[in-house]
Amino acid sequence: MDLGKIFKNTFLVIVACIALSACATQKKVDSTGQMQGDVYTGTDTVKYLASGVPDRVFFATNESVLTTKSRDTLRKQAAWMRKNSELTFVIEGHADERGTREYNLALGERRANAAKDYLMTYGVAGNRLQVISYGKERPVDSGSNPLSWSKNRRSVTVKAN
Amino acid sequence: MLFRYLFFILIIFLPIKTFALIEVDITRGNLSPLPIAVSPLSIDKKSKESFNEILKNEKDIGAEISMIVENNLKQSGLFNPLNKNAFLQKPDIAHLKPRFEDWALIKAQALITGKVTFINEKLRVEFRLWDVLAAKEMMALAFTTVPNNWRRVGHIITDKVYERLTGEKGYFDTRIIYVAEEGKKTNRIKKLAIMDQDGFNTKYLTLGNELVLTPRFNPTNQMVTYLSYFRNLPRVYLLDIETGIQEVVGDFPGMTFAPRFSPDGKKIIMSFAMDGNSDIYTMDLENRIVERITNHPSIDTSPSYSPNSKYICFNSDRSGYQQIYVMRSDGSNVKRISFGKGLYGTPVWSPRGDLIAFTKLHKGKFYIGVMRTDGSGERLLTENFYQEAPSWSPNGRVLIFYRETKTDEKGEGFSAKLWSIDLTGYNERLVETETDASDPSWSSLLSN
Repeated sequence: MDLGKIFKNTFLVIVACIALSACATQKKVDSTGQMQGDVYTGTDTVKYLASGVPDRVFFATNESVLTTKSRDTLRKQAAWMRKNSELTFVIEGHADERGTREYNLALGERRANAAKDYLMTYGVAGNRLQVISYGKERPVDSGSNPLSWSKNRRSVTVKAN
Repeated sequence: MLFRYLFFILIIFLPIKTFALIEVDITRGNLSPLPIAVSPLSIDKKSKESFNEILKNEKDIGAEISMIVENNLKQSGLFNPLNKNAFLQKPDIAHLKPRFEDWALIKAQALITGKVTFINEKLRVEFRLWDVLAAKEMMALAFTTVPNNWRRVGHIITDKVYERLTGEKGYFDTRIIYVAEEGKKTNRIKKLAIMDQDGFNTKYLTLGNELVLTPRFNPTNQMVTYLSYFRNLPRVYLLDIETGIQEVVGDFPGMTFAPRFSPDGKKIIMSFAMDGNSDIYTMDLENRIVERITNHPSIDTSPSYSPNSKYICFNSDRSGYQQIYVMRSDGSNVKRISFGKGLYGTPVWSPRGDLIAFTKLHKGKFYIGVMRTDGSGERLLTENFYQEAPSWSPNGRVLIFYRETKTDEKGEGFSAKLWSIDLTGYNERLVETETDASDPSWSSLLSN
């Protein structure tokens, strides 16, 4: 029992180490750029709603237009949502730090709604999708450079129940 | 005798210079601040002991009050308070009859003297402002208050002196409400905080359990409106800072944000976001009637009334990018006023009515600036990596705003601080706060 626990802990530590070093190397790749135009296209900040279903899409500066990749991601989300009809979701809209706070709140709301509208056109009922804007208040990346900002201009779909 | 004789001659030969009482021009950047001597307020031993007992400290309250005055005057950038070590005359005697030649010797042009006494459990303060060169008393005032108000006494004295010497109301007996920030950049803890204009008496009004943003004072009293994410529903709230009672403003089916009071304090103007579109609304706080002011598929936000309530300036991206617009307060006659290069946000109408302060983003830099209400005469006061959200001092002479730092390669080193700058573009200063701080809003004068 105790031995098992220790084993488990050691295992976790090792996994964590691997994860950390993976992150570190990943970051290096990132700094050489995973952006197209100024839309983030990398994967290191992306979590998954379910296997194969990324939870977020990214936007260009001051934009709320969905890119081809974003639409692809949202179609995957919609398909998965239709299969799991008991689940509801919150779509969080975010902006980068390069704008005034109040405008960014509105921009985040606009981005989250762009994602929501797209999910609805792919058959997800609007009453399963809540929207909240955080403006620039909740960045995922604390850097002050174009790559970090591109990761922060996002809309994230989160399970609400 | 000889001195008096000389003085007489001076008066005869330099009548204009001697009779013109001191004036400080605050419309220009003041590169030679007025030398002023702030004599410690005199206090008798018995009064001092009484105050020490009540205030539970060992301080000389007379000296402390004069320090507040001195610090305020210095921060204004218009005055140069002289070193007390050079003062020749004792505070109690100076207050009765200054030896002007002693004060002129240390190059003082104005002198403040005063006296503190403890009478009937109250703090009584009298002070005088003297014109040293003209050898005249310019002002004498006395007031009585509860001892705990002693810091405010210092601010009120400064306001009186400032008004007498500049011809305009002061801004020292005021408070700043702001958002106190702590923690990692990716998950900041934010609380509403309030402090005296000089950074003292900080109080925290919320606990930090939910995100709070953009508090703004009611210009007519001590109510505050702000945005809270209470229960993850971002809504505009109203807070009475005396009682602590707060309530949601209106019943909107989506996010409300960017609130401000109307100049009479009876309405709140704000943005309401629904289905990806933000428009401007008002709510009357008495009858609760909600009015829609703008109706446009673009983002309309950061509204601010003109002091006569006839106009509203706001921020819209209807031209494709953030620009500043002015309209009548019923929403008619919308006109774009910002046409310079870059993006413009956070317009705030000056309490004097003649200018609009704003944030500008151009080529990766943020500026705080002012323009006339028709958009002409744009003047940028300060440039930085990130700064925004100017708020006017009640006399319309100083702007307070916040500034955030660039983080290093590791994403470390983030901070947010309050700064102030004169309308002239001079006298930029860090406003000290206990924690990191953002979204400052200046109250109106607490007295009168």
